[in-house]
Amino acid sequence: MLSEFGQLSIFLVTIFSVLIIYKSFLSLKSNNQVIEPGIYQLSLWQVTVTILSFLVLIAAYLVSDFSLINVYENSHTAKPLFYKFAGSWGNHEGSLLLWINILVIFSYLFLIFNFKHKKNFRLLTLVIQNLIILGFTLFLIFNSNPFSQLEPVPLEGLGLNPILQDPALALHPPMLYVGFVGCSIYFSAAIASMLSNYRGKLFANSIKSWVLISWCFQTLGISLGSIWAYYELGWGGFWFWDPVENASLLPWFAITALMHSVIVLKKRENLYAWVIILCLITFILSVTGTFLVRSGILNSVHTFASDPARGIYILLFLSVMIFSSLIIFFRTFKKESYNFYFKSKETFILINNWFMAFFLVTVLVGTLYPIFLDVVTNEKISVGPPFYNIVIIPLAVPLLVLMVVGPQLSWINSKSLGVVKHKALIIIGALLINFIIYLIFGSSSFLSNLIFISALFLIIHSILEAYKIYQKKIKFEAPRVISHLGFGLLILFIGINHNFSNEQDFNLKVGEEKKFDEYNIIFRDLKLKQEKNYKAIIGDFEIKNFDKKINKILNPEIRIYSNPETLTYEAAIKTRIDSDLYLTMSNISRSDYYNIKFQHKPLMIWIWISVLMVVFGGFLQLVRNKNES
Amino acid sequence: MRVNLTRIIIFGFIFFCLSIFWLGLKKDQTYDTRNLIGNKINEFSIPSLDETNSFSEQYFLNNKFTIVNFFASWCAPCRDEHKYLVELSKNGAHIVGVSFKDKKSNTLDFLNQLGNPYKFIAADNDGKASISFGIYGIPESIIINRESVVVKKIIGPINQEIFKEILNIIK
Amino acid sequence: MKSKIIFFILAFFIFSSIHANENIKVNDIFKNLRCLVCQGQSIADSNSDFASTVKLVVEDQIKQGKSEKEIYSFLISKYGEWIVYKPSFDTKNFFLWILPYLVLVSGGIILYVLLRKKPKL
Repeated sequence: MLSEFGQLSIFLVTIFSVLIIYKSFLSLKSNNQVIEPGIYQLSLWQVTVTILSFLVLIAAYLVSDFSLINVYENSHTAKPLFYKFAGSWGNHEGSLLLWINILVIFSYLFLIFNFKHKKNFRLLTLVIQNLIILGFTLFLIFNSNPFSQLEPVPLEGLGLNPILQDPALALHPPMLYVGFVGCSIYFSAAIASMLSNYRGKLFANSIKSWVLISWCFQTLGISLGSIWAYYELGWGGFWFWDPVENASLLPWFAITALMHSVIVLKKRENLYAWVIILCLITFILSVTGTFLVRSGILNSVHTFASDPARGIYILLFLSVMIFSSLIIFFRTFKKESYNFYFKSKETFILINNWFMAFFLVTVLVGTLYPIFLDVVTNEKISVGPPFYNIVIIPLAVPLLVLMVVGPQLSWINSKSLGVVKHKALIIIGALLINFIIYLIFGSSSFLSNLIFISALFLIIHSILEAYKIYQKKIKFEAPRVISHLGFGLLILFIGINHNFSNEQDFNLKVGEEKKFDEYNIIFRDLKLKQEKNYKAIIGDFEIKNFDKKINKILNPEIRIYSNPETLTYEAAIKTRIDSDLYLTMSNISRSDYYNIKFQHKPLMIWIWISVLMVVFGGFLQLVRNKNES
Repeated sequence: MRVNLTRIIIFGFIFFCLSIFWLGLKKDQTYDTRNLIGNKINEFSIPSLDETNSFSEQYFLNNKFTIVNFFASWCAPCRDEHKYLVELSKNGAHIVGVSFKDKKSNTLDFLNQLGNPYKFIAADNDGKASISFGIYGIPESIIINRESVVVKKIIGPINQEIFKEILNIIK
Repeated sequence: MKSKIIFFILAFFIFSSIHANENIKVNDIFKNLRCLVCQGQSIADSNSDFASTVKLVVEDQIKQGKSEKEIYSFLISKYGEWIVYKPSFDTKNFFLWILPYLVLVSGGIILYVLLRKKPKL
């Protein structure tokens, strides 16, 4: 019954999309000044039915209705309730339904919140968005239907991969999709803007909050993924430059560039063509990312189970999107005049975009090159962290410095570049703190020192600015200062973590002890425990450090799940304000020895705090935007 | 005209990228070292199972082709392929068996049960020697000629088809 | 004042570079190698049999005094280029390494051209 209900609701979404497109065309042709209430109603119905379809899927999971193939393949009666719920979007078909939900919700919200803008522009946005919705819904119905039935109905499901049963991972897809899919709305708006000639400041105002929303959630989604990887996956890292991670990072660079350029469009009525290009590229990158992840073309830790038909459909959809937006762009292109002085805020925003473009191309080329090489020469190579680190890290240094200068300049023109107040003091401060870092942690490479110094330059300057804002109550700069401060801190802490983490990999038997320069690790005991849906082998380790007077007990686990039969390694992590202690234990087959990986990671938690600060600045700006209007 | 050229380049480039994606879909993603042939095996030394002798690169000089087979008693596909190895040795193939991360008693039991096709049995107890041969899983069999050059790599168990291929090569 | 700052900066950089950590951290080598039997994991992260064997071999080679480069060449000769995460600097990878910098330079040129026109205000 749930299956039929689900199928019906999806079918209705398709019908509503067609009706909305039809009615919008009629409205565009007519001379009405306003959008007919019928269109609003259809949109509201569409949102309701779409959300309903997702609720039906969730219900099917909660009651373990195995007549749905999707529930059978991804759930199990013994799964804890929260993970039954989250399992609904933890698979290809379910997450696709989530995509559609966000597409539809954004379509509706954009329609009703943009009532101040030109009618034709809003209708065309609705039309394009619904064409996208139609594309995805048809794909869902014919290729990846979460409501397909299974007969005879099995008594038990195959279960969800236990690695995915984690709170951070449960939240990661919805957050990320609001980012990924949210950018569809300004893709549609960009095309609508070109077709209805609704340009400049007006267009900028219509999309600016949407760009911010997608940016905030994209950043948050990526961070949650990293937090999950760190706490769950047992390698102590949080970013691997894995193709699927890169697929989420690519739109992020584009959205960051767009977020800054929209300000120029709004304030100076310039860079329209460039803003349009960024709007188009962002969603194109999202769909490309979806293609890479779901088609099976890439080898990754994250890939969903693959099916070639999916890849073909998404590729076709992507091609249609790219070619049609390109054709429209060339047809409606009007030459703009660019009048920029070097010492202006506009120019430095362009410089930001220049850097974002560089980072974007690096990650794009790194991710795609193995595919190209394989197709053209049949040779397989790997492009991993060394490539990205070598290319990207050096450019972070000038970026951090320019992030200080840019916001200090005025619009149009400034007297000098030396507008940064107390430059000398800040540089000395940065050098001093860098020296303190050396005293506390030890030496590091020349490049790392540059990174620390430039990050500290941004940090100290931002703190001074924050103080000035607090004193003089100039609130409008606060979001930018907070986000930039967060970014500086993020780079600093990642740098410290990367350089000064202590990682050891060794084998031990129960009762043995391993001694390092600073640590003693004692493998005291091994216990067995039976939980609801898994058996656990729990190791009891004592970590001693005489210098810092650390004496901690860590209990890593090896978990043996039965549905499906998997083995996971749960890291024991002790998070403290100054560092994390990280221990994983894995068994070596046909041996009494266990492979132990121990890590001491300084200032780990501050990485998460910094990135949350960056996001907080974005949300603050959103609130300000809302209060403005 | 200049604008048109830019447009043609952009369209062309995008078409090129999309075609590569299309072609990439048809490719097989699993990586294997099947094609890593034609290289020479450098110096190595693996002790024999009875610890009296050792297996080194000198060994290959004695035969036109040597088949080096990595196996273990605890490996199920190794049991499945073993009969083909016995057949091959009956057909005159010169096979060296390398027991991989196994206990001597278990290896001997395995050979007693399923037959011994090996002219020489070596024991790689920690698995390190297998790296010199580019092994990353078992069973794997490598055909090496007199000049220590790798002629063929067989990843995974030998089946009927591969058995015939090997026969063709060593004749 | 300015010259003092410059002197301090230079002295500090030279000081820190001298003490820069050049020792091969074994774990860094493990991180640069791909586990061939896993789905997208490095030798450092993987718990597989293959990974533990490779770790032993790498540790042995370090004890023998082999350099990082030699270890990578050895493994590449046995397993192909897929096993190392850093792509080589040769003709087939030319576009991989050059494209990002090409974009950087082109972007720079575009910006320069844009800014060259003195705007009439």
